[in-house]
Amino acid sequence: MDSGFLVGLIAATFRVATPLLYGTLGELFAERAGILNLGIEGTMFFGAFVGFVVAGWTGSLWIGVLAAIIAGMLAGLLMALLAVHLGVSQHVSGLGITLLLTAISLFGFRLIYGEPRIPPSIDPFEQLTPFAQIPILGPIFQQYALTYIALILVPVVWWILYRSNLGLNIRAVGENPEAADAAGVNVFRIRTLALVIGGGLMAAGGAFLSIAQLGAFTYGIIAGRGWVCIALIIFANWKPVRVLWGALLFGSVFALQLRLQTTGLRLPYETFLALPYIVTIVALAIAGRNAAYPAALLKPYKRE
Amino acid sequence: MPKFKIERAVAPLWTRPLIPLIAIVVTFIITSTLVVMAKANPLEAYYYFLIDPLTGRVSALEVLVKSTPLLLTGAAVTFAFSAGYWNIGVEGQLYAGAIAAAWLGTILGGLPPVLAIPIMLLGGFIAGMLWALVPALMRVKLAIDEVVTTLLLNTVILFFVSYLLNGPWRDPVSGWPQSPEIAASTMLPKLLPRSRLHLGFLIGLFAIFLLWFILSRTTFGLKMRASGLGRDAASFAGVKVGRTILISALISGGIAGVAGVSEVAGIHFHLIDAISPGYGYTGIIIAMLGALHPLGVGVAALFIGLLTTGSQTVSRALGVPAYLGDVVQATLLLVTLGAFVLQNYRLRRVSTSPPPDIEPRMVPGSDSQSGS
Amino acid sequence: MPAVLMRGITKHFDPVLANDRVDFTLEQGEIHALLGENGAGKTTLMRILYGLYRPDEGEIQVNDQVVHITSPKEAIHHGIGMVAQHFTLVPTLTVAENIVLGYSSRFRFDPAQAEKQVAEAATRFGIETDPQALVRHLAVGERQRVEILKALFRNARVLIMDEPTSVLVPQEVDVLFETLERLRSAGLSVIFISHKLNEVMAVCDRITVLRLGRVVGSVEKSAITQNELARMMVGHDTERVERPGERSQEEVRLRLEQISALNNQGLPALKQVSLEVRAGEILGIAGVSGNGQSELSRVLSGTLKPTSGRLMVSDQDLTGADPTRILSAGVGRIPEERHDGVLEELSVAENLAMENLGEFTRNGMLDRRRVRQEAQRLIDEYQIKASPTDRMRTLSGGNVQKVILARALARKPRVIVAAQPTRGLDVGATEYVRGKLVEQRNLGAAVLLLSEDLEEILLLSDRIAVIYEGQIVGVLPAQEASLEQLGLMMSGAAEVSRA
Repeated sequence: MDSGFLVGLIAATFRVATPLLYGTLGELFAERAGILNLGIEGTMFFGAFVGFVVAGWTGSLWIGVLAAIIAGMLAGLLMALLAVHLGVSQHVSGLGITLLLTAISLFGFRLIYGEPRIPPSIDPFEQLTPFAQIPILGPIFQQYALTYIALILVPVVWWILYRSNLGLNIRAVGENPEAADAAGVNVFRIRTLALVIGGGLMAAGGAFLSIAQLGAFTYGIIAGRGWVCIALIIFANWKPVRVLWGALLFGSVFALQLRLQTTGLRLPYETFLALPYIVTIVALAIAGRNAAYPAALLKPYKRE
Repeated sequence: MPKFKIERAVAPLWTRPLIPLIAIVVTFIITSTLVVMAKANPLEAYYYFLIDPLTGRVSALEVLVKSTPLLLTGAAVTFAFSAGYWNIGVEGQLYAGAIAAAWLGTILGGLPPVLAIPIMLLGGFIAGMLWALVPALMRVKLAIDEVVTTLLLNTVILFFVSYLLNGPWRDPVSGWPQSPEIAASTMLPKLLPRSRLHLGFLIGLFAIFLLWFILSRTTFGLKMRASGLGRDAASFAGVKVGRTILISALISGGIAGVAGVSEVAGIHFHLIDAISPGYGYTGIIIAMLGALHPLGVGVAALFIGLLTTGSQTVSRALGVPAYLGDVVQATLLLVTLGAFVLQNYRLRRVSTSPPPDIEPRMVPGSDSQSGS
Repeated sequence: MPAVLMRGITKHFDPVLANDRVDFTLEQGEIHALLGENGAGKTTLMRILYGLYRPDEGEIQVNDQVVHITSPKEAIHHGIGMVAQHFTLVPTLTVAENIVLGYSSRFRFDPAQAEKQVAEAATRFGIETDPQALVRHLAVGERQRVEILKALFRNARVLIMDEPTSVLVPQEVDVLFETLERLRSAGLSVIFISHKLNEVMAVCDRITVLRLGRVVGSVEKSAITQNELARMMVGHDTERVERPGERSQEEVRLRLEQISALNNQGLPALKQVSLEVRAGEILGIAGVSGNGQSELSRVLSGTLKPTSGRLMVSDQDLTGADPTRILSAGVGRIPEERHDGVLEELSVAENLAMENLGEFTRNGMLDRRRVRQEAQRLIDEYQIKASPTDRMRTLSGGNVQKVILARALARKPRVIVAAQPTRGLDVGATEYVRGKLVEQRNLGAAVLLLSEDLEEILLLSDRIAVIYEGQIVGVLPAQEASLEQLGLMMSGAAEVSRA
């Protein structure tokens, strides 16, 4: 493996990890507040769709991203309505939202663009190139602005979670909603807020794929990344900084398998793809429920 | 003027069947907006959705064909959910069965169908069961939530399928990523000539029947329901809840595996990547729509089969994207979920009632009137 | 000027009268005990003060100002804080985080600053705690201190402590009392809800005794003895029930040997409990709730594994057995909570059959007709107002209890464990259940009766044991037991070991 391969791999890792970061940080808000949001896959898909369409309409990529974020926040609101306020089973409502948003996106796409022979595309984001001519650093730092933002978001999310009262409330609500309620925290409101923020982040991850990476919207644009994020959160033990390492690790595995395909290596690349999931399941089995599982996860809170 | 308030109480049983009906109506109203956006008439669209498919032999049969995997996955999901086991992995267990069918289909060619087909079905059942085993064990022995583990395994098996189809099982004849065609004697026989309707449909109906039979006629079924409705009370009464959940999970996986066999040996005759466009997840929709009652699940499966067929008709006739069907299904699920919550509320005259945690007293005369 | 004045407080929980024209005065800088048994109305009264309930009649004054407290937030605003029996702490947060939770309205949260503020408050009130520690790692006594500090942090001048020692070990109790005395010196007032006489006498200045929702009296500690207090708590001896005097010479059917067990919080709830119940007798376990009865009932039901000791039913060792084995050993159980014993969404017939499904199974199939027939038979025999196909949810409390009773007794058990069997039932149902237990005793069953209703214990038992803080503090024949003596034992003031 020459240095060019390694450098390319590192650069690709950051790129591949970006949607995972957005999605996982988004899911982190939800789960720390006690809600397992299985709507993530659909929300990312929806974000990719809305971002693409709005970017195409307005000609502005950033407005596309903004529209995606808003769409994601609405998705989070819907999840809050079902799982928090109505107390519907979390995983069924999450799955239902994934199915709904996926279907709406595909419907909308077909409605707007029909079935053209050449799929519609937009000029995607250009990457930032701060170290353009410098070897090694140049290629590695050649990333999309959204990637840089994702990386910056990690300490931001950490700060919100551990250095703001909102974060304190979120953590309390996800561990012991009765205690939070007794202390005067509005459990429903905090959970709704967490879902809305999370939804926006998730959708941004989807928008990254359609607006930055691909410049197009396809059926398989998300391809299960949402579920990867679900696995990632467990892997990262629900902590923001570990989310970063986990996303980079998973990202490097994905990037690696893409490269390995071209080198004709005998090992089936699917093994690499499946590995993170299997490792997560094993990690769950070992850690058991004593992992930093937010104690109130999956339990709807009922006010007597 | 008497005061009314909305309070938590159990709605009378007669309102229960109304809820899915209300949900259907509300869903159609909501999704009409999409139809209008597609510049079509909602009433026309719903005619094509619901009525038109039933008007012709070919399309009516197609409804049954589309319902076949749904009957099976719906039954599989209901089996697990009834016992309180949230098996989200039906999709993956279906693929496990499909893999088994694709493999068995190529080595059982020498046997007559009367032997080969039962072996195929059994193989699929076992494969589905095996894929469901690990998460079930983790739940029963380690108390680890099965939702995430079953979900993750769905993705893992998809990778495995991709590996098989692009590697060792790549069809040497066509070179496409599909497994070699299974032997003729392993293909599920057609129920009617010149149609796609195959034995799988009857197997699906049988699965529903089996579901009903086990749940309402067997002791195990009662234990399942007890475990799902109140595991502490069931455990107190001597029901071995852990074992019950484990067995239910395995049977659920097995039925899902049979769904995989049905698709491979009844429709496609190869294993392909897209053998299931989400039947496992649709099965969850169907189980919830049917409120976990076998009859409801059966009807829901047929209904969704109708919707799926109809969505293609709508697309052809009115130019509305066929994905409308998926939107309607998903909306129906969410609306139904919301509607079921309503059954926990009633309009009631205001009266004082004791708070939930009153301390016990020694003064007699404390029980309130019966019935609610 | 009294810190708190409650006048004429009346509270109905239809048809129960929880507080009956209660007057309560809390002076500044005193520790005032609110003493009484279960159902006396102590917790209700304090919940009214803390804004969780609204009184039907009466008024409350805080520092000579009439107030209307409609929520805990308002109570806190008036300087009233409450430390409940079940702590409301978030285990994964630090002490400081728990204390400032919900307090600040700013966006930023500075842990260092919060810890400093909490440390200052802790020093000021003399409460020992580590602001940086995770609550999860704290012992129960420390957690309680955090709860106290939480209230003080919000400038409480009146502190309500609801049965605070029920979760503490003796050493922690001493620390708590020191803390409370220090708070008193700082000018705070403490309301100490309890049923434990010795503690009340140890730490409180004045004592108000409640009984059946009414104030029996309000006295200075120095002016009264424990015995007099006990009498105030349980009332005067009422008519005694005559009972055949001989002790049963029958075989021992149920034997507990040094049984220890932990409660849901992982704390010792049963401490080497040894008991024997013979055929043809009712052994009544008297005690205020929270002293281990729940755990005892659960161990005997097979839903809680003891950490040590042996459980024998006749000759079978059933230590750690699950409900299935306990059932097949011929034990009939009435659980403490009706809800936990029945499946509300299933039918009456299904619930009745649930403990005995093998009987109705042939080749895996459930003989539904027989289930229904048997259910109808039990319905007739036990006069249950329901039909076999009704869902349990629709039954009244009394009928639910009859179903549980029928189910427990249907297989002619040789041992019966009845936990709070008449709790929340009307007169008719109560008499019926009691009658059935006596009938079973006469038929030769060994009955263990756990009840918080002292009169019931006296009415039904042949022998009476008292449980206090997880230990049996005495066993005596029913004729020899008096209300006063039992009251003393139940409140930890006396130990008797006879019989």
